[in-house]
Amino acid sequence: MTAAKDRLNSFGHAYRLRWKRRRLLFRIWRKRRQIAVRSDKTKQISPDAILAFATIRNEMLRLPYFLAHYRKLGVDHFLIVDNDSDDGTAAYLAQQPDVSVWHTSRSYRLARFGMDWVGWLLWQFGHGHWCLTVDADELLVYPQSAERDLKSLTAWLDKRGRTSFGAMMLDLYPKGPLEDVTYAPGDDPTRVLNWFDRGNYRQQTHAYYGNQWIQGGVRERVFFRDEPARAPTLNKTPLVRWHWRYAYVSATHQILPRQLHDVFAENTASGALLHTKFLPNIGQKSAEELVRKQHFENTARYESYHQQLTRNPVLWHEGSEEYVGTEQLVELGLISKGDWV
Amino acid sequence: MTLGVIMLVHNAFERAEQMARHWTDAGCPVVIHVDSNVAATDYDRFVQVLGGIETLRFSKRHRCEWGTWEMVVATQDAATLMLEEFADVSHVYLASGACLPLRPLAELCEYLDRHPDTDFIESATTADVPWTVGGLDRERFTLRFPFAWKKHRRIFDGFVRAQQLVRYKRSIPEGLVPHMGSQWWCLTRQTLDAILRDRNRDRYDRYFRQVWIPDESYYQTLTRLHARRVESRSLTLSKFDFQGKPHIFFDDHLELLQRSGCFVARKIWRHAGLLYRNFPRPADPERAKAEPRTGTVDRLFSHAVERRTLGRPGLYMQSRFPNRESQNSFAAAPYAVLQGFDDIFPAFQPWLTKQTGAAVHGRLFAKDRAHFADDSTVYRGGISDNARLRDYNGSMFLTNLIWNARDLHHCFQFGPTDSQDIRWTVAKDTNASIWVVSGAWSVPLFLSGRSAGEMRTEAARLQQIEAKFLKSLRSPNARARIHITTLSDFIEAPMETLQTIIDDIAGHKGNALAEVPKMADLTGLPEFLQDLKNQGMHPFLTGDITEQSTQPAAGTARRKPYVISRK
Repeated sequence: MTAAKDRLNSFGHAYRLRWKRRRLLFRIWRKRRQIAVRSDKTKQISPDAILAFATIRNEMLRLPYFLAHYRKLGVDHFLIVDNDSDDGTAAYLAQQPDVSVWHTSRSYRLARFGMDWVGWLLWQFGHGHWCLTVDADELLVYPQSAERDLKSLTAWLDKRGRTSFGAMMLDLYPKGPLEDVTYAPGDDPTRVLNWFDRGNYRQQTHAYYGNQWIQGGVRERVFFRDEPARAPTLNKTPLVRWHWRYAYVSATHQILPRQLHDVFAENTASGALLHTKFLPNIGQKSAEELVRKQHFENTARYESYHQQLTRNPVLWHEGSEEYVGTEQLVELGLISKGDWV
Repeated sequence: MTLGVIMLVHNAFERAEQMARHWTDAGCPVVIHVDSNVAATDYDRFVQVLGGIETLRFSKRHRCEWGTWEMVVATQDAATLMLEEFADVSHVYLASGACLPLRPLAELCEYLDRHPDTDFIESATTADVPWTVGGLDRERFTLRFPFAWKKHRRIFDGFVRAQQLVRYKRSIPEGLVPHMGSQWWCLTRQTLDAILRDRNRDRYDRYFRQVWIPDESYYQTLTRLHARRVESRSLTLSKFDFQGKPHIFFDDHLELLQRSGCFVARKIWRHAGLLYRNFPRPADPERAKAEPRTGTVDRLFSHAVERRTLGRPGLYMQSRFPNRESQNSFAAAPYAVLQGFDDIFPAFQPWLTKQTGAAVHGRLFAKDRAHFADDSTVYRGGISDNARLRDYNGSMFLTNLIWNARDLHHCFQFGPTDSQDIRWTVAKDTNASIWVVSGAWSVPLFLSGRSAGEMRTEAARLQQIEAKFLKSLRSPNARARIHITTLSDFIEAPMETLQTIIDDIAGHKGNALAEVPKMADLTGLPEFLQDLKNQGMHPFLTGDITEQSTQPAAGTARRKPYVISRK
């Protein structure tokens, strides 16, 4: 235990991570031409704007609410990489007044699950801004987020000298079989996906990056019981006051320099990313993934997971908790107000 | 009477303008100080929009850095201007651009009328209050602080250390008793005038110029020289976090602020539209005479500070992951670990549930699966009974289980056939009570009906595992409440131990034992153990079991001294 800690804190390790970050930045720079701009509205970005970055593919189902949710939270501009959608996503995005769109048809997996593309956008446009990096199926909430927008949160973080904000992914699911619910684009997904697992998350310190590594939740309970080490990682650092020298490592789970993902260390405020993965098109998406193999490093190991998802499973159990709002999450101890009273 | 307001502004000009208009509309003259760090264009625009107001002045600008003397000079200039320009002003209120009046100004004026000749300024001696953050309390008055803390923190700290090292101490001007408190005050004209025209002012100013955070001590100290009556509290509601930074009020604090009955609050979030629309509240004759009550606000914020510094014990989550080594309790609530009892009493679990009403789990750490109290596959909060999942992080499995159902008292059965990773966690947890009947693992081996020869290896293995567990329980690092008896001692007087367990779990709710659990038939156990010995495997953890001891006496049993067995 202490040996692992000593290693994490050693100068050699810090230097290794420094080079790791440089390599990542070089990789991002090398792949910069993989994305081509389709709709450039970045001139609108004011110096104090809050920006949102995402890579998406065929998300017409989620996009309308996604944009509405983050607009309401106070995101001023969206910078989105469209990975070859064919369901009208690109056209829909191009119509939006506050969205700039890039297009690519390259491999999502080989671009570190989109982080290389988004990394280049963060590099160019994110510097000095509060930047939110999320997926289309992630909705950020934090204590009192209904009343307090991201401007108040980031102003408070600035005052405290903090440059990042952590959030844990919280998988939402419906009461019955996944595909038996009806959901129309633009609806609030927490109306149909209104259940979650409240107390089966576990954490450890990541031996290499030193971040808090949170696993657990419904996906582990149902799909990864026998292989807990492979269960999805749930800790994320989605909100960062960006500097062009920063780089996300794997999704937004880890970031370098690593003090940025040290957001979990003390009793500070933290949020949750409501994960709307299990909307009714999950079966279709999983079937597609079985063919495309773009979502995991070692895709063969996750085949059974996707196969189970195509069979319209039930994730709900009697102890599931019904989602009410952020105050409930604070009470349950899933997110925290910290000293942000 | 007339109330004059000094406003210190450095940003959020649209709100500052709104507030300035509010004060002046209500008949209060206003003097505004704008930080000279503000860009000329912003300043000019601000002056222009407020230019038309007759009872509003702008005072000479100073560069106000937090904790520096300039802050005081700015208020001195503004106050001088106020007293010169507005002869009818009888009280002066120091506010900032982020202050918001909660109650109508008329109520504030009336309140001041009811307290004539009173200065409202929080002012306490440093020896008596623990407010200061960072360790500088008395020393802020006896050292010199020529460097700005915000900009040159290292030099600041170094210079403080150097002065401490050489035991430097400046003398405090005669007659002054250093006081400090909130920088937001409301002083009477007489007091303020006396402070500003004091014939020793130059001397005092020279002294305070190098005091640390003089804006929290200059007026607070000097008021004590001149005031006729000091009410040591601020009329402005403002709260500070554990780092000494002000809390900000948002829209969701509306109700809280309404209930506080304070006259002015700060800091208000500049985009808190709801607050700015709702305050100040319209005049209400019923409330007009109400005293400010900050009880609820104080409780809420001190609760927050407490949570920030202590967190909720037993909860492990993204914002709370303390180092295990530095803690002495892990779980959220007391729980009991029972080793060996379910081997001796076949129906121990239902019996204990009946006696105590606690959540009595079976073998929570069994190799096949977790046996929860209700025998479900998914326990409260979504905890799976899968053994692999559990063993991936046994400690968090346990802390999660107890956190999720911390309204119950948990007990679980444990034994050498279970996963042992948890043993140090329970041994070091002050919330755990651990009850062990050592050597009880021999009972199921004996009951299996197979010969000692066949069971020899298994018995040796179990004994080794149990010995390891006992070793951690006896380690100086063990902090749980630990009770160990040998099998032989236990079966001679089982009721004593059981009664203690029940008292421990159920407390006053526990009944005197009405019903005794049925013990497995142990006739023949001594021979079985002797056979094991004959095979070369000495079951030293069971104690010395004789034929008589397997027939429990009906009367009260004699308590045997406990002998620690040696390997």
